[in-house]
Amino acid sequence: MRVPEAPGALTRLGAMSTLSRDEVARVAALARIDLTPAELDRLAGELDVIVQSVARVSEIATPDVPATSHPLPLSNVFRADEPEAPLDRDEVLAQAPAAEDGKFLVPQILGEDA
Amino acid sequence: MSDITRLTAAELAAQLVAGEVSSYEATQAHLDRIAAVDGPVHAFLHVSAEEALATARGVDEARATGEDLHPLAGVPIAVKDVVVTRGLPTTAGSRILDGWLPPYDATLVSKIKAARLPILGKTNMDEFAMGSSTEHSGYGNTHNPWDLDRIPGGSGGGSAAAVAAYEAPLAIGTDTGGSIRQPAAVTGTVGVKPTYGSVSRYGLIALASSLDQAGPVTRTVLDAALLHELIAGHDPHDSTSLTDPVPAFGEAARRGAAGDLTGVRVGVVKELSGEGYQPGVLVRFEEGLALLRGAGAEVVEVSCPHFDYALAAYYLILPAEASSNLAKFDGMRYGLRVEPSEGPVTAERVMAATRGQGFGDEVKRRIILGTYALSAGYYDAYYGSAQKVRTLIQRDFAEAFGQADVLVSPTAPTTAFRLGEKLDDPLAMYLNDVATIPVNLAGVPGMSLPSGLSDDGLPVGFQVIAPARADERLYRVGGALEALLEARWGGPILAKAPELEVTR
Repeated sequence: MRVPEAPGALTRLGAMSTLSRDEVARVAALARIDLTPAELDRLAGELDVIVQSVARVSEIATPDVPATSHPLPLSNVFRADEPEAPLDRDEVLAQAPAAEDGKFLVPQILGEDA
Repeated sequence: MSDITRLTAAELAAQLVAGEVSSYEATQAHLDRIAAVDGPVHAFLHVSAEEALATARGVDEARATGEDLHPLAGVPIAVKDVVVTRGLPTTAGSRILDGWLPPYDATLVSKIKAARLPILGKTNMDEFAMGSSTEHSGYGNTHNPWDLDRIPGGSGGGSAAAVAAYEAPLAIGTDTGGSIRQPAAVTGTVGVKPTYGSVSRYGLIALASSLDQAGPVTRTVLDAALLHELIAGHDPHDSTSLTDPVPAFGEAARRGAAGDLTGVRVGVVKELSGEGYQPGVLVRFEEGLALLRGAGAEVVEVSCPHFDYALAAYYLILPAEASSNLAKFDGMRYGLRVEPSEGPVTAERVMAATRGQGFGDEVKRRIILGTYALSAGYYDAYYGSAQKVRTLIQRDFAEAFGQADVLVSPTAPTTAFRLGEKLDDPLAMYLNDVATIPVNLAGVPGMSLPSGLSDDGLPVGFQVIAPARADERLYRVGGALEALLEARWGGPILAKAPELEVTR
């Protein structure tokens, strides 16, 4: 499924209105969430309905309308460049799933074939 | 002695100052109330009795020595579990954070601690604030004190239920699309979503950063104003925090309570009533309008044609932002870590296994929806279009505020529905927030206050909306409407709620 380049809202709407089980599996992998086959079945159906419903935003999102990403306009906000005490290392590491020698202990980063 | 837990925060504060009651007694009374009713209500995920009593004792000692104290010092408060509290468990309603003890305080918690309000505990919520019923909590449902078979609203059902059940006079909520106001509406309480940036977001576990805002959850408009004053103010740790001085919200509420709204223009948003709204909700709304008119306000109708698209835009913007905010729950630095049941134990596979097991259904739905809306090929059509709708909604508000000083609507289309009723229909659940979502998209402030009972005997909420940075208008108009309604009812609406069975 591809979104056509043509800007026609209705064309886009038509093309966007399906979300297959395979697509949900692909996106869940991108989001690093393991799903059981039963979850995939259910989510695919639910998400398809939701996507069809939210796709109507393109009906009024014409090219002349600027996008808003933030409710109140702000730019270049900085705080004073003053040193502050960091979080207590031991307190932070005490909450980690695993720690060793004052560091987070994590699983191997690369697969065997990497 | 009368029951301390029935006092408003302002009344309790006055009694503390007058020495008629100690903070220790007040805190203990609320802890006793929690012990007596929270089994069936389940507003709290964690009760911090020892810490609260220690704070209370400190306040009493300081008062005895004549120390200068904050006006709310010693008044107990409950905090929604999405707000981090150093050393107190914070889960955001998710199993993925089960047992996590944050190593720092949210700025609003630092302010609460500096003002010396005893923190009673952490309140239940939909997981990561995703939901309108608190049924998506990883730790069980919260029940509406008006009818334990019904939802307390969400995501902040715990804070609203705690206040409605007299377990706390004050609570903190957060509102991304209605999570303070909709629970207030269905529990007969008051909730305010401040102007975006009025209250620091530092230390809120972020859902959608461009929409999230913390605010007060209380039983009266004046209490909300006083709590808002306490938690507001500029914070260098939040780049979106407003630098404006904090207005005197309490004064605005007191002025409003005098009941004179002469010259105030009230705009009724045409698109936020009518079809889809329960008849009993609309009756109470009309009654509220008549009272405002009687107080001298000029009521006009305004149209916000793009509000019909707000829900769709919200369910693209929120999942998109949430999918990136929740990427940090990866099983590496805090919270749950799950190793895959078979195959190599690599970081990526641990992340996927952890998130698969640690997140609930609604969180998975929204992360996947957001990831999809942001993914290559769909970004412009979905997220880009939604951001344009956001512009159109802001323009609607700008136009409407040209004709009116405040806008009003019912807070939610229906009263509290039964637990389980909408759990299997995400879209039906999302519709609960149809009247509250436009407010977050525009960053303007909104309040819900009780406007009576529907024909089903359950509370109805009245929403007041003001322009950005004009939050004091909410307190003035809300204070006036509350005073007029209470004069008609002969007391607060919660006096009509059935008494909860007390278990010990």
